[in-house]
Amino acid sequence: MVDIFTTPFTDEVARRALVAIVVLSFGSAPIGVFLMLRRMSLMGDAMSHAILPGVAVAFLLSGMNRVMMTIGGLVAGLVVAVLSGLMTRVTEMKEDASLAVFYLVSLALGVILVTSRGSSHELVEILFGDVQKIDAGALYFIAFNTTLTLCALAVIYRPLVMECVDPLFLRVAGQAGALAHLVFLAFVVVSLVSAYIALGTLLAVGMMILPAGIAQFWSRDISRIIPVAIVSAVISGYLGLVLSATAGVPAGPSVVLTAGAIYFLSMVIGPAGGLMHRFAPGRHLEA
Amino acid sequence: MAAQLQFRDVTLGYDRHPAVHHLSGEIAPGALLAVVGPNGAGKSTLFRGIVGILKPLAGSIALGNVSARDVAYLPQSAEIDRSFPISVFDFTGSGLWRSTGAFGGLGRREREKILEALAAVGLNGFESRAIGTLSGGQMQRMLFARVLLQDADVIVLDEPFNAIDARTSADLLALVQRWHTEKRTVLAALHDMDLVRANFPETLLLARTPVAWGPTREVLTSDNLLKARQMCEAFDDGAAACADTKPAQAA
Repeated sequence: MVDIFTTPFTDEVARRALVAIVVLSFGSAPIGVFLMLRRMSLMGDAMSHAILPGVAVAFLLSGMNRVMMTIGGLVAGLVVAVLSGLMTRVTEMKEDASLAVFYLVSLALGVILVTSRGSSHELVEILFGDVQKIDAGALYFIAFNTTLTLCALAVIYRPLVMECVDPLFLRVAGQAGALAHLVFLAFVVVSLVSAYIALGTLLAVGMMILPAGIAQFWSRDISRIIPVAIVSAVISGYLGLVLSATAGVPAGPSVVLTAGAIYFLSMVIGPAGGLMHRFAPGRHLEA
Repeated sequence: MAAQLQFRDVTLGYDRHPAVHHLSGEIAPGALLAVVGPNGAGKSTLFRGIVGILKPLAGSIALGNVSARDVAYLPQSAEIDRSFPISVFDFTGSGLWRSTGAFGGLGRREREKILEALAAVGLNGFESRAIGTLSGGQMQRMLFARVLLQDADVIVLDEPFNAIDARTSADLLALVQRWHTEKRTVLAALHDMDLVRANFPETLLLARTPVAWGPTREVLTSDNLLKARQMCEAFDDGAAACADTKPAQAA
Protein backbone atom coordinates (compact mmCIF):
# COMPACT_ATOMS: atom_id res chain seq x y z
CA MET A 1 0.00 0.00 0.00
CA VAL A 2 2.73 2.42 1.04
CA ASP A 3 4.55 1.53 -2.17
CA ILE A 4 2.01 3.43 -4.22
CA PHE A 5 3.38 6.64 -2.73
CA THR A 6 7.05 5.87 -3.31
CA THR A 7 7.41 3.60 -6.36
CA PRO A 8 6.41 6.29 -8.88
CA PHE A 9 9.57 8.13 -7.96
CA THR A 10 12.12 5.36 -8.43
CA ASP A 11 13.25 6.58 -11.83
CA GLU A 12 15.05 9.85 -12.37
CA VAL A 13 12.55 11.47 -14.74
CA ALA A 14 9.76 11.12 -12.18
CA ARG A 15 11.95 12.41 -9.38
CA ARG A 16 12.85 15.44 -11.46
CA ALA A 17 9.17 16.08 -12.11
CA LEU A 18 8.49 15.91 -8.36
CA VAL A 19 11.29 18.33 -7.53
CA ALA A 20 10.07 20.68 -10.27
CA ILE A 21 6.51 20.69 -8.92
CA VAL A 22 7.66 21.24 -5.33
CA VAL A 23 9.95 24.12 -6.31
CA LEU A 24 7.21 25.57 -8.46
CA SER A 25 4.84 25.55 -5.49
CA PHE A 26 7.03 27.96 -3.53
CA GLY A 27 6.83 30.64 -6.22
CA SER A 28 3.40 30.11 -7.71
CA ALA A 29 1.35 29.79 -4.53
CA PRO A 30 2.23 33.22 -3.02
CA ILE A 31 1.68 34.88 -6.41
CA GLY A 32 -1.69 33.16 -6.57
CA VAL A 33 -2.63 34.42 -3.10
CA PHE A 34 -2.08 38.00 -4.20
CA LEU A 35 -3.90 37.43 -7.48
CA MET A 36 -6.88 36.14 -5.54
CA LEU A 37 -6.83 38.87 -2.91
CA ARG A 38 -6.70 41.52 -5.62
CA ARG A 39 -9.68 39.84 -7.30
CA MET A 40 -7.45 39.14 -10.27
CA SER A 41 -7.81 35.34 -10.32
CA LEU A 42 -9.11 35.30 -13.85
CA MET A 43 -6.42 37.76 -14.80
CA GLY A 44 -3.83 35.03 -14.20
CA ASP A 45 -5.77 32.92 -16.65
CA ALA A 46 -5.83 35.77 -19.15
CA MET A 47 -2.12 36.29 -18.72
CA SER A 48 -1.39 32.64 -19.41
CA HIS A 49 -3.04 33.05 -22.82
CA ALA A 50 -1.11 36.23 -23.37
CA ILE A 51 2.23 34.41 -23.29
CA LEU A 52 1.16 32.16 -26.17
CA PRO A 53 2.18 34.39 -29.13
CA GLY A 54 5.66 34.78 -27.62
CA VAL A 55 5.97 31.01 -27.28
CA ALA A 56 4.66 30.62 -30.82
CA VAL A 57 7.11 33.08 -32.36
CA ALA A 58 9.99 31.30 -30.62
CA PHE A 59 8.61 27.98 -31.88
CA LEU A 60 8.55 29.32 -35.46
CA LEU A 61 12.10 30.64 -35.19
CA SER A 62 13.80 27.78 -33.38
CA GLY A 63 11.44 24.81 -33.23
CA MET A 64 10.69 22.99 -29.94
CA ASN A 65 13.50 24.78 -28.10
CA ARG A 66 12.35 25.22 -24.50
CA VAL A 67 14.71 28.01 -23.56
CA MET A 68 13.80 30.10 -26.59
CA MET A 69 10.09 29.43 -26.11
CA THR A 70 10.31 30.43 -22.48
CA ILE A 71 12.08 33.65 -23.30
CA GLY A 72 9.47 34.34 -25.98
CA GLY A 73 6.67 33.75 -23.49
CA LEU A 74 8.34 35.96 -20.93
CA VAL A 75 8.70 38.83 -23.39
CA ALA A 76 5.12 38.54 -24.65
CA GLY A 77 3.70 38.26 -21.13
CA LEU A 78 5.70 41.23 -19.85
CA VAL A 79 4.66 43.36 -22.80
CA VAL A 80 0.99 42.56 -22.21
CA ALA A 81 1.31 43.03 -18.43
CA VAL A 82 3.02 46.39 -18.73
CA LEU A 83 0.79 47.65 -21.53
CA SER A 84 -2.43 46.71 -19.78
CA GLY A 85 -1.12 48.05 -16.47
CA LEU A 86 -0.24 51.36 -18.12
CA MET A 87 -3.55 51.44 -19.97
CA THR A 88 -5.38 51.11 -16.65
CA ARG A 89 -3.42 53.87 -15.02
CA VAL A 90 -3.51 56.30 -17.92
CA THR A 91 -7.08 55.78 -19.13
CA GLU A 92 -10.35 55.12 -17.34
CA MET A 93 -10.31 51.49 -18.49
CA LYS A 94 -10.49 48.94 -15.67
CA GLU A 95 -7.62 46.49 -15.39
CA ASP A 96 -9.69 43.39 -16.14
CA ALA A 97 -11.20 44.94 -19.25
CA SER A 98 -7.92 46.15 -20.72
CA LEU A 99 -6.31 42.81 -19.95
CA ALA A 100 -9.18 40.94 -21.61
CA VAL A 101 -8.60 42.97 -24.76
CA PHE A 102 -4.90 42.19 -24.79
CA TYR A 103 -5.20 38.51 -24.02
CA LEU A 104 -7.91 37.85 -26.61
CA VAL A 105 -5.76 39.47 -29.25
CA SER A 106 -2.69 37.53 -28.04
CA LEU A 107 -4.50 34.20 -27.95
CA ALA A 108 -5.83 34.62 -31.47
CA LEU A 109 -2.40 35.65 -32.68
CA GLY A 110 -0.74 32.73 -30.87
CA VAL A 111 -3.02 30.06 -32.27
CA ILE A 112 -2.60 31.39 -35.81
CA LEU A 113 1.18 31.45 -35.42
CA VAL A 114 1.45 27.90 -34.03
CA THR A 115 -0.94 26.31 -36.54
CA SER A 116 0.75 28.04 -39.45
CA ARG A 117 3.80 25.82 -38.99
CA GLY A 118 3.43 23.21 -36.26
CA SER A 119 1.62 19.88 -36.00
CA SER A 120 -1.36 19.33 -33.73
CA HIS A 121 0.86 17.19 -31.48
CA GLU A 122 3.16 20.15 -30.87
CA LEU A 123 0.21 22.47 -30.25
CA VAL A 124 -1.04 20.10 -27.55
CA GLU A 125 2.41 20.01 -25.97
CA ILE A 126 2.57 23.79 -25.89
CA LEU A 127 -0.93 24.10 -24.46
CA PHE A 128 -0.68 21.37 -21.83
CA GLY A 129 3.02 20.92 -21.13
CA ASP A 130 4.75 17.67 -20.24
CA VAL A 131 6.37 16.97 -16.89
CA GLN A 132 8.24 14.04 -18.40
CA LYS A 133 10.16 16.48 -20.58
CA ILE A 134 11.70 18.36 -17.68
CA ASP A 135 15.46 17.93 -17.97
CA ALA A 136 18.15 19.29 -15.67
CA GLY A 137 18.22 22.57 -17.58
CA ALA A 138 14.48 23.11 -17.19
CA LEU A 139 14.75 22.27 -13.51
CA TYR A 140 17.47 24.87 -12.95
CA PHE A 141 15.38 27.36 -14.88
CA ILE A 142 12.35 26.74 -12.64
CA ALA A 143 14.49 26.96 -9.50
CA PHE A 144 16.07 30.19 -10.69
CA ASN A 145 12.68 31.75 -11.43
CA THR A 146 11.27 30.68 -8.09
CA THR A 147 14.22 32.14 -6.20
CA LEU A 148 13.83 35.39 -8.11
CA THR A 149 10.08 35.46 -7.46
CA LEU A 150 10.49 34.91 -3.73
CA CYS A 151 13.15 37.62 -3.47
CA ALA A 152 11.01 40.07 -5.42
CA LEU A 153 7.96 39.30 -3.30
CA ALA A 154 9.98 39.88 -0.14
CA VAL A 155 11.00 43.28 -1.46
CA ILE A 156 7.57 44.46 -2.62
CA TYR A 157 5.52 42.65 0.05
CA ARG A 158 4.57 45.65 2.18
CA PRO A 159 3.65 48.05 -0.63
CA LEU A 160 1.83 45.24 -2.40
CA VAL A 161 -0.29 44.45 0.65
CA MET A 162 -1.08 48.13 1.17
CA GLU A 163 -1.86 48.56 -2.51
CA CYS A 164 -4.44 45.79 -2.10
CA VAL A 165 -6.06 46.89 1.13
CA ASP A 166 -5.81 50.68 0.98
CA PRO A 167 -4.46 51.90 -2.37
CA LEU A 168 -5.29 55.53 -1.66
CA PHE A 169 -3.03 55.57 1.42
CA LEU A 170 -0.10 54.44 -0.64
CA ARG A 171 -0.78 56.96 -3.39
CA VAL A 172 -0.51 59.72 -0.82
CA ALA A 173 2.43 58.22 1.05
CA GLY A 174 4.52 57.72 -2.09
CA GLN A 175 4.65 56.19 -5.52
CA ALA A 176 5.57 52.70 -4.30
CA GLY A 177 2.12 51.30 -5.09
CA ALA A 178 2.26 51.66 -8.85
CA LEU A 179 5.77 50.28 -8.94
CA ALA A 180 4.89 47.33 -6.71
CA HIS A 181 1.94 46.58 -8.95
CA LEU A 182 4.05 46.49 -12.11
CA VAL A 183 6.74 44.36 -10.47
CA PHE A 184 4.02 42.01 -9.26
CA LEU A 185 2.56 41.68 -12.76
CA ALA A 186 6.01 40.93 -14.12
CA PHE A 187 6.44 38.12 -11.61
CA VAL A 188 3.01 36.73 -12.43
CA VAL A 189 4.46 36.23 -15.89
CA VAL A 190 7.72 34.77 -14.57
CA SER A 191 5.77 32.24 -12.49
CA LEU A 192 3.48 31.42 -15.38
CA VAL A 193 6.41 30.79 -17.67
CA SER A 194 8.05 28.42 -15.18
CA ALA A 195 4.78 26.64 -14.53
CA TYR A 196 4.07 26.34 -18.22
CA ILE A 197 7.09 24.08 -18.75
CA ALA A 198 5.50 21.54 -16.44
CA LEU A 199 1.80 22.14 -16.87
CA GLY A 200 1.45 23.91 -20.24
CA THR A 201 0.07 27.36 -20.88
CA LEU A 202 -3.53 26.38 -20.12
CA LEU A 203 -3.02 24.78 -16.71
CA ALA A 204 -0.10 26.87 -15.45
CA VAL A 205 -2.49 29.06 -13.50
CA GLY A 206 -3.68 25.99 -11.61
CA MET A 207 -0.56 26.02 -9.40
CA MET A 208 -1.35 29.63 -8.48
CA ILE A 209 -5.07 29.95 -7.99
CA LEU A 210 -6.07 26.59 -6.52
CA PRO A 211 -3.59 26.63 -3.59
CA ALA A 212 -4.58 30.25 -2.90
CA GLY A 213 -8.23 29.27 -2.88
CA ILE A 214 -7.52 26.38 -0.53
CA ALA A 215 -5.60 28.62 1.88
CA GLN A 216 -8.42 31.15 2.10
CA PHE A 217 -10.56 28.52 3.79
CA TRP A 218 -7.93 27.99 6.48
CA SER A 219 -6.99 31.48 7.69
CA ARG A 220 -8.02 35.12 7.65
CA ASP A 221 -4.53 36.55 8.04
CA ILE A 222 -2.34 36.96 4.99
CA SER A 223 0.82 36.05 6.90
CA ARG A 224 -0.69 32.59 7.47
CA ILE A 225 -2.53 32.26 4.16
CA ILE A 226 0.70 32.30 2.16
CA PRO A 227 2.42 29.38 3.96
CA VAL A 228 -0.79 27.36 3.88
CA ALA A 229 -1.02 27.97 0.13
CA ILE A 230 2.55 26.78 -0.39
CA VAL A 231 1.99 23.62 1.67
CA SER A 232 -1.21 22.77 -0.17
CA ALA A 233 0.50 23.33 -3.52
CA VAL A 234 3.27 20.91 -2.52
CA ILE A 235 0.76 18.31 -1.34
CA SER A 236 -1.34 18.63 -4.51
CA GLY A 237 1.78 18.35 -6.64
CA TYR A 238 2.98 15.22 -4.88
CA LEU A 239 -0.39 13.45 -4.78
CA GLY A 240 -1.09 14.53 -8.35
CA LEU A 241 2.11 12.91 -9.59
CA VAL A 242 1.27 9.74 -7.63
CA LEU A 243 -2.17 9.71 -9.23
CA SER A 244 -0.64 10.29 -12.63
CA ALA A 245 1.79 7.38 -12.27
CA THR A 246 -0.71 5.00 -10.69
CA ALA A 247 -3.61 5.65 -13.05
CA GLY A 248 -1.47 6.37 -16.10
CA VAL A 249 -3.03 9.77 -16.79
CA PRO A 250 -1.22 12.99 -17.83
CA ALA A 251 0.59 14.66 -14.94
CA GLY A 252 -0.50 18.31 -15.37
CA PRO A 253 -4.23 17.67 -15.26
CA SER A 254 -3.92 15.20 -12.38
CA VAL A 255 -1.99 17.75 -10.29
CA VAL A 256 -4.69 20.35 -10.94
CA LEU A 257 -7.43 17.82 -10.30
CA THR A 258 -5.85 16.84 -6.96
CA ALA A 259 -5.65 20.50 -5.97
CA GLY A 260 -9.31 20.82 -6.97
CA ALA A 261 -10.22 17.91 -4.68
CA ILE A 262 -8.34 19.50 -1.77
CA TYR A 263 -10.11 22.77 -2.55
CA PHE A 264 -13.56 21.19 -2.24
CA LEU A 265 -12.51 19.37 0.93
CA SER A 266 -11.31 22.70 2.40
CA MET A 267 -14.52 24.34 1.34
CA VAL A 268 -16.37 21.85 3.51
CA ILE A 269 -14.14 21.64 6.58
CA GLY A 270 -12.08 24.87 6.44
CA PRO A 271 -12.36 26.96 9.63
CA ALA A 272 -12.35 30.32 7.78
CA GLY A 273 -15.71 30.46 6.07
CA GLY A 274 -16.00 26.74 5.25
CA LEU A 275 -19.44 25.18 4.89
CA MET A 276 -19.35 23.21 8.15
CA HIS A 277 -18.54 26.33 10.13
CA ARG A 278 -21.24 28.25 8.36
CA PHE A 279 -24.06 25.74 8.73
CA ALA A 280 -23.06 23.98 11.94
CA PRO A 281 -21.17 26.66 13.86
CA GLY A 282 -21.94 25.21 17.31
CA ARG A 283 -23.74 27.17 20.02
CA HIS A 284 -23.14 30.89 20.07
CA LEU A 285 -20.74 32.31 22.60
CA GLU A 286 -21.47 34.51 25.59
CA ALA A 287 -19.58 37.55 24.31
CA MET B 1 4.66 83.40 10.18
CA ALA B 2 4.61 81.68 6.79
CA ALA B 3 1.38 79.96 5.84
CA GLN B 4 1.21 76.18 6.25
CA LEU B 5 -1.11 75.92 3.28
CA GLN B 6 -1.63 78.46 0.57
CA PHE B 7 -4.28 78.32 -2.16
CA ARG B 8 -3.58 80.57 -5.13
CA ASP B 9 -6.73 80.88 -7.21
CA VAL B 10 -7.12 77.09 -7.19
CA THR B 11 -9.63 75.36 -9.43
CA LEU B 12 -9.94 71.60 -8.98
CA GLY B 13 -12.27 69.35 -10.89
CA TYR B 14 -12.95 66.46 -13.19
CA ASP B 15 -13.06 66.53 -17.00
CA ARG B 16 -12.53 70.29 -16.99
CA HIS B 17 -15.68 70.78 -14.87
CA PRO B 18 -14.74 72.63 -11.70
CA ALA B 19 -15.66 71.06 -8.34
CA VAL B 20 -13.73 73.70 -6.42
CA HIS B 21 -13.78 77.01 -8.25
CA HIS B 22 -11.30 79.88 -7.75
CA LEU B 23 -10.29 79.31 -4.15
CA SER B 24 -7.67 81.62 -2.71
CA GLY B 25 -6.50 81.91 0.87
CA GLU B 26 -4.06 80.79 3.51
CA ILE B 27 -4.11 78.42 6.44
CA ALA B 28 -1.76 79.33 9.26
CA PRO B 29 0.37 76.65 10.97
CA GLY B 30 -1.53 75.14 13.89
CA ALA B 31 -4.93 76.16 12.54
CA LEU B 32 -8.00 74.04 13.28
CA LEU B 33 -10.20 74.52 10.24
CA ALA B 34 -13.62 73.06 9.51
CA VAL B 35 -14.57 72.75 5.86
CA VAL B 36 -18.36 72.72 5.55
CA GLY B 37 -20.78 72.80 2.67
CA PRO B 38 -23.52 70.70 1.09
CA ASN B 39 -22.83 67.36 -0.62
CA GLY B 40 -21.03 68.02 -3.87
CA ALA B 41 -19.61 71.28 -2.59
CA GLY B 42 -16.06 70.17 -3.33
CA LYS B 43 -14.83 69.35 0.18
CA SER B 44 -13.39 65.97 -0.71
CA THR B 45 -12.08 67.33 -3.99
CA LEU B 46 -10.24 70.08 -2.14
CA PHE B 47 -8.63 67.50 0.17
CA ARG B 48 -7.63 65.33 -2.76
CA GLY B 49 -5.96 68.40 -4.22
CA ILE B 50 -4.10 69.10 -0.99
CA VAL B 51 -2.62 65.60 -0.76
CA GLY B 52 -1.70 65.65 -4.43
CA ILE B 53 -3.98 62.92 -5.77
CA LEU B 54 -5.73 65.45 -7.96
CA LYS B 55 -3.82 68.03 -9.97
CA PRO B 56 -5.37 71.51 -10.03
CA LEU B 57 -7.01 72.51 -13.32
CA ALA B 58 -5.73 76.00 -12.65
CA GLY B 59 -3.92 77.84 -9.87
CA SER B 60 -1.73 76.12 -7.31
CA ILE B 61 -1.61 74.77 -3.79
CA ALA B 62 1.54 75.39 -1.75
CA LEU B 63 2.19 73.21 1.28
CA GLY B 64 4.75 75.42 3.03
CA ASN B 65 7.57 73.43 4.57
CA VAL B 66 6.08 69.94 4.08
CA SER B 67 5.58 67.78 0.99
CA ALA B 68 2.26 66.20 0.07
CA ARG B 69 3.42 62.81 1.28
CA ASP B 70 3.92 64.17 4.78
CA VAL B 71 0.24 65.01 5.09
CA ALA B 72 -1.82 62.53 7.10
CA TYR B 73 -4.97 62.03 5.04
CA LEU B 74 -8.05 60.22 6.27
CA PRO B 75 -10.37 59.66 3.30
CA GLN B 76 -13.95 58.53 3.57
CA SER B 77 -13.37 54.94 4.60
CA ALA B 78 -15.33 53.38 1.73
CA GLU B 79 -12.09 53.15 -0.23
CA ILE B 80 -10.58 50.47 2.01
CA ASP B 81 -10.96 46.81 1.06
CA ARG B 82 -12.31 45.55 4.37
CA SER B 83 -12.42 41.94 3.23
CA PHE B 84 -8.63 41.86 2.91
CA PRO B 85 -7.15 39.41 5.43
CA ILE B 86 -4.95 41.70 7.49
CA SER B 87 -4.87 42.22 11.25
CA VAL B 88 -5.69 45.48 13.01
CA PHE B 89 -2.11 45.62 14.26
CA ASP B 90 -0.53 45.25 10.83
CA PHE B 91 -2.94 47.67 9.21
CA THR B 92 -2.37 50.35 11.84
CA GLY B 93 1.38 49.79 11.54
CA SER B 94 1.23 51.20 8.02
CA GLY B 95 1.00 54.60 9.72
CA LEU B 96 4.73 54.24 10.38
CA TRP B 97 5.32 54.13 6.62
CA ARG B 98 7.23 57.38 6.60
CA SER B 99 9.84 56.11 9.06
CA THR B 100 9.96 52.41 8.15
CA GLY B 101 9.34 52.72 4.41
CA ALA B 102 8.69 49.63 2.38
CA PHE B 103 11.34 47.46 4.01
CA GLY B 104 12.16 48.83 7.45
CA GLY B 105 11.58 46.32 10.21
CA LEU B 106 9.23 46.86 13.12
CA GLY B 107 11.41 46.73 16.20
CA ARG B 108 10.23 46.71 19.80
CA ARG B 109 9.93 50.50 19.86
CA GLU B 110 7.69 50.54 16.80
CA ARG B 111 5.56 47.72 18.16
CA GLU B 112 5.05 49.64 21.37
CA LYS B 113 4.13 52.76 19.41
CA ILE B 114 1.46 50.83 17.51
CA LEU B 115 0.05 49.38 20.72
CA GLU B 116 0.02 52.86 22.30
CA ALA B 117 -1.83 54.32 19.33
CA LEU B 118 -4.42 51.54 19.46
CA ALA B 119 -4.82 52.10 23.19
CA ALA B 120 -5.25 55.84 22.63
CA VAL B 121 -8.29 55.20 20.44
CA GLY B 122 -9.69 52.57 22.79
CA LEU B 123 -8.90 49.51 20.71
CA ASN B 124 -6.80 47.57 23.23
CA GLY B 125 -7.22 43.86 22.70
CA PHE B 126 -8.16 44.21 19.04
CA GLU B 127 -4.60 43.80 17.71
CA SER B 128 -4.97 40.39 16.11
CA ARG B 129 -8.53 40.79 14.87
CA ALA B 130 -9.01 40.93 11.09
CA ILE B 131 -10.04 44.40 9.96
CA GLY B 132 -13.18 42.95 8.37
CA THR B 133 -14.54 42.09 11.83
CA LEU B 134 -14.55 45.70 13.05
CA SER B 135 -17.73 47.75 13.30
CA GLY B 136 -17.97 51.11 11.56
CA GLY B 137 -17.01 53.02 14.69
CA GLN B 138 -14.12 50.67 15.50
CA MET B 139 -12.87 51.00 11.94
CA GLN B 140 -12.84 54.77 12.27
CA ARG B 141 -11.00 54.47 15.60
CA MET B 142 -8.39 52.31 13.91
CA LEU B 143 -7.96 54.85 11.12
CA PHE B 144 -7.44 57.56 13.73
CA ALA B 145 -4.81 55.37 15.38
CA ARG B 146 -3.00 55.25 12.07
CA VAL B 147 -3.16 59.05 11.76
CA LEU B 148 -1.66 59.22 15.28
CA LEU B 149 1.24 57.05 14.14
CA GLN B 150 1.80 59.16 11.05
CA ASP B 151 2.84 61.98 13.37
CA ALA B 152 2.16 64.55 10.63
CA ASP B 153 2.28 68.34 10.80
CA VAL B 154 -0.75 68.60 8.53
CA ILE B 155 -3.77 66.37 9.13
CA VAL B 156 -6.67 66.22 6.69
CA LEU B 157 -9.84 64.42 7.81
CA ASP B 158 -12.62 63.84 5.28
CA GLU B 159 -15.97 63.57 7.07
CA PRO B 160 -14.41 61.70 10.01
CA PHE B 161 -17.58 61.54 12.10
CA ASN B 162 -20.03 60.28 9.50
CA ALA B 163 -22.19 57.39 10.70
CA ILE B 164 -20.32 57.35 14.01
CA ASP B 165 -22.14 57.27 17.36
CA ALA B 166 -21.92 60.12 19.88
CA ARG B 167 -19.43 58.44 22.19
CA THR B 168 -17.02 57.47 19.43
CA SER B 169 -17.13 60.92 17.86
CA ALA B 170 -16.53 62.49 21.29
CA ASP B 171 -13.47 60.25 21.78
CA LEU B 172 -12.14 61.01 18.31
CA LEU B 173 -12.86 64.72 18.67
CA ALA B 174 -10.69 64.70 21.79
CA LEU B 175 -7.85 63.43 19.61
CA VAL B 176 -8.46 66.23 17.13
CA GLN B 177 -8.21 68.73 19.98
CA ARG B 178 -5.03 67.08 21.20
CA TRP B 179 -3.52 67.53 17.73
CA HIS B 180 -4.58 71.17 17.85
CA THR B 181 -2.80 71.74 21.17
CA GLU B 182 0.26 70.04 19.69
CA LYS B 183 0.29 72.85 17.08
CA ARG B 184 -0.52 70.56 14.17
CA THR B 185 -2.59 71.99 11.33
CA VAL B 186 -5.90 70.14 11.16
CA LEU B 187 -8.52 70.36 8.40
CA ALA B 188 -11.80 68.46 8.70
CA ALA B 189 -14.79 68.23 6.38
CA LEU B 190 -17.90 68.19 8.55
CA HIS B 191 -21.67 68.35 8.34
CA ASP B 192 -22.61 68.83 12.00
CA MET B 193 -22.80 72.62 12.45
CA ASP B 194 -23.18 72.41 16.24
CA LEU B 195 -20.01 70.36 16.46
CA VAL B 196 -18.21 72.86 14.25
CA ARG B 197 -19.40 75.85 16.30
CA ALA B 198 -18.35 74.20 19.54
CA ASN B 199 -14.92 72.95 18.50
CA PHE B 200 -13.53 74.62 15.40
CA PRO B 201 -12.28 78.20 15.64
CA GLU B 202 -12.02 78.66 11.89
CA THR B 203 -14.38 77.59 9.09
CA LEU B 204 -14.35 77.53 5.31
CA LEU B 205 -17.84 77.39 3.83
CA LEU B 206 -17.56 75.88 0.38
CA ALA B 207 -20.20 75.54 -2.31
CA ARG B 208 -17.94 74.85 -5.26
CA THR B 209 -16.92 78.51 -5.03
CA PRO B 210 -15.90 79.63 -1.54
CA VAL B 211 -18.87 81.33 0.17
CA ALA B 212 -17.11 82.51 3.30
CA TRP B 213 -13.88 81.84 5.16
CA GLY B 214 -12.93 83.09 8.58
CA PRO B 215 -13.82 82.78 12.27
CA THR B 216 -16.55 80.16 12.61
CA ARG B 217 -19.05 82.55 14.23
CA GLU B 218 -18.90 84.95 11.30
CA VAL B 219 -18.97 82.24 8.63
CA LEU B 220 -21.84 80.08 9.82
CA THR B 221 -24.59 82.68 9.54
CA SER B 222 -28.00 81.70 8.19
CA ASP B 223 -27.46 83.98 5.18
CA ASN B 224 -24.22 82.23 4.24
CA LEU B 225 -25.67 78.76 4.76
CA LEU B 226 -28.66 79.60 2.58
CA LYS B 227 -26.37 80.87 -0.14
CA ALA B 228 -24.35 77.64 0.04
CA ARG B 229 -27.47 75.48 -0.27
CA GLN B 230 -28.62 77.29 -3.40
CA MET B 231 -25.60 76.36 -5.48
CA CYS B 232 -26.44 73.82 -8.16
CA GLU B 233 -24.90 70.38 -7.80
CA ALA B 234 -24.98 69.16 -11.39
CA PHE B 235 -22.28 69.87 -13.90
CA ASP B 236 -23.54 71.72 -16.95
CA ASP B 237 -22.32 69.73 -19.93
CA GLY B 238 -22.80 72.73 -22.17
CA ALA B 239 -20.80 75.05 -19.97
CA ALA B 240 -18.44 77.36 -21.79
CA ALA B 241 -14.79 77.72 -20.77
CA CYS B 242 -14.52 79.83 -17.65
CA ALA B 243 -13.63 83.37 -18.73
CA ASP B 244 -12.20 84.11 -15.32
CA THR B 245 -9.52 81.44 -15.59
CA LYS B 246 -6.00 82.73 -15.38
CA PRO B 247 -3.21 80.53 -16.69
CA ALA B 248 -1.95 78.06 -14.07
CA GLN B 249 0.85 79.47 -11.98
CA ALA B 250 4.10 77.65 -11.60
CA ALA B 251 4.25 76.01 -8.17
